[in-house]
Amino acid sequence: MIKFAVNGREAFSEQPGDTPLLWVIRDELGLTGTKFGCGVAQCGACTVHVNGQPVRACITPVSSIQGKQVTTIEGLSPAADHPLQKAWVAEQVPQCGYCQSGQIMQAAALLAKNKKPTREQIVTHMNGNLCRCGTYNRIVAAIQRAAKEV
Amino acid sequence: MSDLELFNFHVTRRAFLGGSAGLAFGFAIGLPKAAEAQSAPGRLNAYVSIAPDGTITIQSPVAEMGQGIMTGLPMIVAEELDADWSKVKVEQSPVEAAYHHPIFKAQYVVASISTLGYWTPLRIAGAQARRVLVNAAAEKWGVPAAELTTEPSTVVHAASGRKMSYGEIAAFAAAPAAPPAIDPAKDLKSADKYRILGKGTDRVDVPAKSSGAARYGIDARVPGMAYATFVRAPVRGSGPASSNAAELKKMPGIVDVVTLDHGVAVVGETFDAVRKARRSLKVSWRAGLPGDDINTDKDLQTYLGDGRDPKRVGVEWKSKGDATKALAGAARTISREYLSDHVYHAQMEPMNSTAHVRRDGVDIWVGTQAPTRTQLDVAKALGTTPDMVRVHQMFLGGGFGRRATVEASVDAALVAKAVNRPVKLILSREDDLAAGTFRPMTSQRIEAGLDANGNIVGWRHRVVGEPVGDFVYQPGYIKAAKDRDVIFMMGAELPYYNKVANWHAEHLMEPERTRVAAWRGIGAGYTKFAIEAMIDEVAALNNVDPLELRLSLTDDSRSKRVLQKVAEMSGWGKKRPGNTALGLAFAEYGAFAPKFGSLIASVAEISVAKNGMIRVHNYWAAADAGLAVNPAAFAAQVESAVVWGLSCCLKERVTMAKGQVQQSNFHEYQIMRMAEVPQIKVEVLTSGASPTMVGELGVPGTGPSVANAFYALTGKRLYHMPFTPQRVQAALKSTTLKV
Repeated sequence: MIKFAVNGREAFSEQPGDTPLLWVIRDELGLTGTKFGCGVAQCGACTVHVNGQPVRACITPVSSIQGKQVTTIEGLSPAADHPLQKAWVAEQVPQCGYCQSGQIMQAAALLAKNKKPTREQIVTHMNGNLCRCGTYNRIVAAIQRAAKEV
Repeated sequence: MSDLELFNFHVTRRAFLGGSAGLAFGFAIGLPKAAEAQSAPGRLNAYVSIAPDGTITIQSPVAEMGQGIMTGLPMIVAEELDADWSKVKVEQSPVEAAYHHPIFKAQYVVASISTLGYWTPLRIAGAQARRVLVNAAAEKWGVPAAELTTEPSTVVHAASGRKMSYGEIAAFAAAPAAPPAIDPAKDLKSADKYRILGKGTDRVDVPAKSSGAARYGIDARVPGMAYATFVRAPVRGSGPASSNAAELKKMPGIVDVVTLDHGVAVVGETFDAVRKARRSLKVSWRAGLPGDDINTDKDLQTYLGDGRDPKRVGVEWKSKGDATKALAGAARTISREYLSDHVYHAQMEPMNSTAHVRRDGVDIWVGTQAPTRTQLDVAKALGTTPDMVRVHQMFLGGGFGRRATVEASVDAALVAKAVNRPVKLILSREDDLAAGTFRPMTSQRIEAGLDANGNIVGWRHRVVGEPVGDFVYQPGYIKAAKDRDVIFMMGAELPYYNKVANWHAEHLMEPERTRVAAWRGIGAGYTKFAIEAMIDEVAALNNVDPLELRLSLTDDSRSKRVLQKVAEMSGWGKKRPGNTALGLAFAEYGAFAPKFGSLIASVAEISVAKNGMIRVHNYWAAADAGLAVNPAAFAAQVESAVVWGLSCCLKERVTMAKGQVQQSNFHEYQIMRMAEVPQIKVEVLTSGASPTMVGELGVPGTGPSVANAFYALTGKRLYHMPFTPQRVQAALKSTTLKV
């Protein structure tokens, strides 16, 4: 059994250790805000935080998170009012919305270590997250807006 | 046959005008079954119910896939209802006849015509609900209804100074047995009275999509469900001849391996068990199908040859005047060839569906553009009737045409039936791409005839490629449509360049072998590339500014306006910094043009790196889709479609060999990332009193504006989308084509 914490609550998994964290989060814990996009860390839709660092849950074996703290989109802010989430609404970022949990989690990790990122830093940090609706410019604007609040 | 009928559905005047009770938006007798079951006292019609606390619930009949439709359509109802928008709650409607698109006679979202199609019925539904409230208040107060007016969510009797909120009325009023008649010509608001339409309204789905709470098809959960994945035969029409299914069944966590005529499903207790077993699956596929030999590089050369062959006669798509005669009499003619590769939707949510098949009924949870068809096709596959199939519409993690077909739900239902358990079927990204449904590869040839002054007097446009109608709808569709394939040929006409007196557009059909389908922008994504790049060449030959030439080709004031607007936005004609240049394109979008046509003029500013990489720095678009219901969402859709189109024309390419797709995941099928996106400015222009197409309008201008900017920068032409670094380098070394 692998024990860890998700969004501050104790959790465990009895799946094989090589099971990707993504499927444990989605199917065992029922937290479906984290999405499956590619399975090979090429799109970022599955981004969560492990001990505060953004990781791609689709290639993270659950065995590797023994004793660690996992944060998903549902745990970013209990009332969904993280400055980034408010900025996402203010800038009307999402279209289909499928990639946006991953985008927000990736952006949250940036603002946690860099309160005032430049546009270039934002783009470099976010470039691994695909958005097929092409909302990239609004994502940048929302991160810049949130950075003023953090 | 009208262009609408080419979409395989029939227009019914009755549903469109709403003259007869019930079908699309009736009261009482027309209530959908689900609504009857709920039968809340405040239910005013299929679209509107009002609670005593004033909450107005509006049903949104169309799948939300990012286009903002579950905000836009309820805004139309709310406007005529004179609702206080802050009190409106939107629900995704059930899948039932009461919510059919009046043109398609189905719930079906394609062709960017949801707003256009639902416009009149939803206005009537809102006006009817308002009339019921006004009549109820009139009765209560004992005054003539004609003395009453409405303010947002309030009925007002000015003579006595009395007011009653919609919530108060809903507490006692009942929907009448017969709906009040609404005359669209007299009883609907004029645009100057609008309080909601035409103003930027925040989308109602955005908060849930920012919190992780939004539920997509892939998020469905049913007690006791198993997980499955499906490996479809790579070649159209093929299926498994043999497999190692027996071995796989022994793997840990595997429930069953189900062999269907067209593929193999692996079913397990967890998706991880399924994923692992799928990696060990070995299938040998039935051979002897036309698609066995597909080789896209070789086939494209065949297409080119066919386009050049004067003996090949295509199917006329549209024409004006006598192009053959005009070309024969031209002072000179030029001809050019344009190529485009297959492209893949790459919607972020892999195809999936969850099915629960029981004796007493079937439930399907899916995000789909075609919920009615899901009902029909699942029922057919299971040998039951459509009324036994309930479709639960979820959010779509991207539609773009990929979710207009319903294979995933049919497969999920068949597998669920076979294992006698609810099943959530999810394709891996690799299987989603291997069994993708692609915008067809094309070769195009345009011949332009010029008179002694350089005016275009004749124009012949041949588009070579596989028709898509049979694959998208059913075998025999293309034949029934008299070989006219609207999805393939969209945009090959010149409805707004009215000064071109003679033109002819035709489709040279290649044998149907590939899984080809509708892809955001459909035919206009390549036909407008060819047309607008050719117009640019004519301008260069005549030594005329490309903007001036386009303005001279049309008498249409809306067309001139978008062109002039984008010129102003982009600083057209002003000197650019040394290493960048601008390119211009004009396009309409829509099967109804010029009767109803959305227009867009686009300018791209590009530079080219030494390695051949094109960088788009800025992109400006001026767009006119009639009345803009929600201009903010309109602008967002154009931004989105511009990124989509640029990604396509710069990067995207599916190749096939021996019938198999050669790309597997996003490392090989690359789409545009944040670092590559230009600054995009969109100006929404409005015209007329009703809305036209928006969702795909941004696509057709992308390829030609980039290609034309490339010419302005380098003096060389690009003829093959996508403009990969390799092709760009080849173009830079090429000799400029002469007349």
